[in-house]
Amino acid sequence: MSEKTANMKVVEGSYAVAHAVMCCRPDVISAYPITPQTHIVENLSQMVADGELDSEFLTVDSEFSALSVLIGSSACGARSYSSTTSQGLALMYEVLYNVSGMRLPIVMNVANRALGAPLNIWNDQQDSVGARDVGWLQIYVEDVQEAVDATLQAYKIAEDAEIRTPIMVCMDGFILTHVYEPVELLDKEKAREFLPAYQPADILDPAHPKTFGAFADPSTYTEFRYQQFEAQLKALDKIEKVAREFEETFGRYYGGLIDSYQAEDAEIVIVTLGSVIGTIKDAIDAMRSEGKKVGLVKVRSYRPFPVQALRKALKDASVIAVIEKDVAIGSEAGLVTDLKAAFYNSNIRIPIIGFTAGLGGRDITVKDIRKIVDKAETARKGIEFEFEFLNLRMEIL
Amino acid sequence: MEKSLLAPGHRACAGCAMPTTIRLVLDAAGPNTIVVSPTSCLEVTTTPFPESAWCVPWIHSLFENAAAVASGVEVMQKRKGLDTNVVIIGGDGSTFDIGMGSNSGMFERGHKILYVCYDNEAYMNTGVQRSGSTPFCAHTTTTPSGSQSQGNPRPKKDMPAIALAHKVPYVATASVAYPVDLRRKVKKALQVNGPSYIQVNAPCITGWTFEAGLMVELARLAVETSLWPLLEYENGELTGVKKVRRPKLVEEYLKLQGRYKHLFKKAECADMLGQIQAMADANIAKYKLVD
Repeated sequence: MSEKTANMKVVEGSYAVAHAVMCCRPDVISAYPITPQTHIVENLSQMVADGELDSEFLTVDSEFSALSVLIGSSACGARSYSSTTSQGLALMYEVLYNVSGMRLPIVMNVANRALGAPLNIWNDQQDSVGARDVGWLQIYVEDVQEAVDATLQAYKIAEDAEIRTPIMVCMDGFILTHVYEPVELLDKEKAREFLPAYQPADILDPAHPKTFGAFADPSTYTEFRYQQFEAQLKALDKIEKVAREFEETFGRYYGGLIDSYQAEDAEIVIVTLGSVIGTIKDAIDAMRSEGKKVGLVKVRSYRPFPVQALRKALKDASVIAVIEKDVAIGSEAGLVTDLKAAFYNSNIRIPIIGFTAGLGGRDITVKDIRKIVDKAETARKGIEFEFEFLNLRMEIL
Repeated sequence: MEKSLLAPGHRACAGCAMPTTIRLVLDAAGPNTIVVSPTSCLEVTTTPFPESAWCVPWIHSLFENAAAVASGVEVMQKRKGLDTNVVIIGGDGSTFDIGMGSNSGMFERGHKILYVCYDNEAYMNTGVQRSGSTPFCAHTTTTPSGSQSQGNPRPKKDMPAIALAHKVPYVATASVAYPVDLRRKVKKALQVNGPSYIQVNAPCITGWTFEAGLMVELARLAVETSLWPLLEYENGELTGVKKVRRPKLVEEYLKLQGRYKHLFKKAECADMLGQIQAMADANIAKYKLVD
């Protein structure tokens, strides 16, 4: 956490993010209400109503239309913003591919939440992890301050001429959107210097007619996808570079692609995404005081997936335990599968076990982290399971 | 003749009403126009990458979101202080069915957007399946005629009435066979400070199955039989009706089309023909089409 300064205020996470969006000066905001994203867009519409923010704010008929509106505005050169979660993100699915395929640098905060059925409004990350292959960059944040800072960074990454790829800034619903904590709100002028106006080369302009969203047959379609793939690989450097530039201006750094905590000499390393990191750090502190060599690697950029950075950070571990709030039903879960794939063709041979936890808002406690570490200890001697649901309530099954 | 804003060389079928409709709309709208199109034959035939027939800026996103995309275009052009015509050109599948949610949102928010539906009364791009716009008794590949079927069992959805229910200030029907009328309506719609909706009867040669030279003739017959009245509503009031001098019998229109041929083969279809004639007669009475 950063030092206490004049701009530091105790505010709700959603307000802090809305304030960050205001500092990004979007031309067009389009959103549809869904819990727990609502406070973000309510705050933004109030800022517009109060004249604090000069943006066009569209209230639309669905999440599907919310993101579709931004296709039109972004194609006309607008810096464009939306926020959603869960069912809303699922409803946007078709549009997500279109935004990335048309290379429109839209930024969206995803207030991570479970998907139905059964209906559940609480936090997990099945929504955005499920959308990992739609061509958007995905940054997962640990706390409200990082959500604020990543939102500003996101536009700078997305709008870069070499990248031109939309970004989801993923923050755990309720846990980060509804929490009140001390946050250093962005300084508007500094944000303006950090993020200049968006000036795309190709827009819809009657003086220079261009065709957007053409029909590509088998002779050209693959190359469109390849260019997106290439842009995501270029984003590996860009994300790190922008994080460092942000540090120079604002004095805060969270890692670019990944970050780590007590990982250098750790034998057991936990790898995860999002706000559970706070709990894991507490657990690590406690276990370290008992002499257990436990560490953490946080995956900040899930797309692009930072294969080299993860190999480097994890190569000396004896065992890796992945904790994630998603499940790939019929396989394992997103992060653990990607991590195994990252290591398979390397010469690193470390046992990797995966845990799905915290689904539908179930708390993940320090005790749970200890339990995972115990299981990881066992796995060091030989893997008994590769993947499991943590804390299954056997009595109701 | 001035150069059209839809270049030749596109891949639409010979005898298709869609490119003719686009040309008439663009003639009236002029170059200061951004066109948004949902997925349809239009996109497939006019924008095979790296070619494009469009001489105005044009964007296609998805089947069901043209009205939302156009909303984003309109607000950003306004924000830049530009008075650009924003025109959606889409088929009946996206307009009547899958795009209804975003159409409703666009109408209700009151964007200054002209929505032109070229209505060929089925999902032609995917191979002539029934849409909400398919008329009563028309054979499609999902409402085929057969021993137990007389084709589409339901009447056509009244999309202009849906636009009117949103208090869309300018709503009109038009026909590719009446180019002067269509261009005039487009110009009028673009003067409206809000949404406008024009539904153009646009015969599809493969879906309706008719002789290639008959496209305009069929569209004219739809008007002359009173099955497709040419209407104009301003601020909810019916202000324009194209009179029909001597209404023709619906059979004259139906018998030229393969999609109705079953009606002329089976004795039990006489009642169907009667019901379709009754629809035309109802239009005559409702809109006072005949003096």
